[in-house]
Amino acid sequence: MAAAATSCGPRAGAPGCVVAAAGKDSVTSFQRRGPRASGPDGGCRRLASIAGTRPSVRNGQLLVSTGLPALDQLLGGGLAVGTLLLIEEDKYNIYSPLLFKYFLAEGIINGHTLLVASAKEDPAEILQELPAPLLNDNCKKEVDEDVCSHKTPESNIKMKIAWRYQLLPKMEKKEKNVLRIGIQNLGSPLWGDDICCTENCNNSQSLTKFLYVLRGLLRTSLSACIITVPTHLIQNKAVIARVTNLSDTVVGLESFIGSERETNPLYQEYHGLIHVRQIPRLNNLIGDVSDVKDLAFKLRRKLFTIERLHLPPDLSDTVSRSGKQDLAEPTKLLGPGCGVTAGGKKHLDF
Amino acid sequence: MFPELNHLLNTTPDRAEQGKLTLLCDAKTDGSFLVHHFLSFYLKANCKVCFVALIQSFSHYNIVGQKLGVSLTTARERGQLVFLEGLKSSVDVFFRSQEEPHPLQFLREANTGNLQPLFEFVREALKPGDNAEAAWRCPVLLVDDLSVLLSLGVGAVAVLDFIHYCRATVCCELKGNIVTLVHDSGDAEDEENDVLLNGLSHQSHLILRAEGLATGFCRDVHGQLRILWRRPSQLTAQRDRSLTYQYKIQDKSVSFFAKGMSPAVL
Repeated sequence: MAAAATSCGPRAGAPGCVVAAAGKDSVTSFQRRGPRASGPDGGCRRLASIAGTRPSVRNGQLLVSTGLPALDQLLGGGLAVGTLLLIEEDKYNIYSPLLFKYFLAEGIINGHTLLVASAKEDPAEILQELPAPLLNDNCKKEVDEDVCSHKTPESNIKMKIAWRYQLLPKMEKKEKNVLRIGIQNLGSPLWGDDICCTENCNNSQSLTKFLYVLRGLLRTSLSACIITVPTHLIQNKAVIARVTNLSDTVVGLESFIGSERETNPLYQEYHGLIHVRQIPRLNNLIGDVSDVKDLAFKLRRKLFTIERLHLPPDLSDTVSRSGKQDLAEPTKLLGPGCGVTAGGKKHLDF
Repeated sequence: MFPELNHLLNTTPDRAEQGKLTLLCDAKTDGSFLVHHFLSFYLKANCKVCFVALIQSFSHYNIVGQKLGVSLTTARERGQLVFLEGLKSSVDVFFRSQEEPHPLQFLREANTGNLQPLFEFVREALKPGDNAEAAWRCPVLLVDDLSVLLSLGVGAVAVLDFIHYCRATVCCELKGNIVTLVHDSGDAEDEENDVLLNGLSHQSHLILRAEGLATGFCRDVHGQLRILWRRPSQLTAQRDRSLTYQYKIQDKSVSFFAKGMSPAVL
């Protein structure tokens, strides 16, 4: 197992160290638009000046983006700083690494510090494979310039004002920055735990203690953490319940691969379901719970979308929806009383 | 505190009972609103409160408390509130060497720890002051929550022992109250948690159980609250009184109504 700590400034052209994810207007909603970042209200100006964060409209809680605007919306605007996001992995671990990478990529584009830990892959390789930003061609040029020259105009200005100091070493002003922590496959046998191996496991307490102290660290610092756990492998349900209680936000992914839903035409639009199992109640009596509980995700070529699960209307003759495809059997003649010819393949014929 | 809940429990801050153990329980939902209720209730009742908060930070309870009309910072400064912040202290216990035993010392122990340092902390916090400080009404111990102690390496029996010692000191000796929250794991079959829950249920005078609706999520009814009054010390076979209400949590209060009588439905 290895951990890699990187601090990536938003510089373009760094090979493989690419940047963040999608947005409605094709630029991530948390990106700084210029050297002056303005918060939505003056009172939070000091907090909002931390790159990549914004206060929640509900309770002023400082939020960071998960890298996926659809997921941000589900979580009430983003992930609160100081909290832990637990992702319950899908069965073959195909989609949860994507959420993991979006989170890290969003951190890079915002200039956050990253801490990545993984037992399965080398963290440096994970960082090489981060998704590229989804940008319109219109704003691409503008963003590239922004990204390239993010530091240089400021430093040029500084040099002009204080030209006689240019011979002195430049002191970097230490700004407050967010630390994004990503831990992959926690609890899997690769970490040396037996939680996924047997029902009476010995290591469950070390995992739960770790989560507790980690949350303590998160609460007392400017950081946000994503952890993916293969809960489908954990045999002891009590451990899953305890791990859920020790996390703030819990999102579960259920992919259709290997299940009967993969070939079911009703679900052909989607790749799986996403369950929001827990939303924290921070500084409030009640959390931001979405009304929509049936959510499905689809990985398109450029975009990971989450939408309300829509089943197409059932046009079969039978009352119960079994999802069978052969609905086009010609209906039998119903008798002289009906009057309409019952030939043809369309199942809407009476 | 929620006035409607006071009404249901037939109590007000002026007439708070003494020597009682109240058990808060939640199943398939979050019962933390009850913790906020009792915290603000006892602070308004002018009681000295020792709050062992293991789940959330001080600022969380403070901000919600302000919505309910109490200021935890003021109470702490006046000496009315002793607050043990579990999350922050756990970091201290783990990463900084401690000279004297810390209440959360069990975090450092590899085997099942015991909660004696925590009990000493509670006893020290709630013992009556000798000098002529403001006489608080009665001491109250509030724990949020006990189930997390099981996740931190403490056995169910050790937690029950801790509550037993606290009852002996706080309820019997100091004529105070204890309010504690335990999660009900339901079908997750957490045996240790069940032992803890059952053991505490038998000792409690009042059980408030918040359950999610059996039919699932509803925007207008957030859950169901079952109130059970018990008399654990008496051996008479009198039936315990129980009431069930449904509730909806709003921004600053919780509204209670009889089952099926939600204002959204009527």
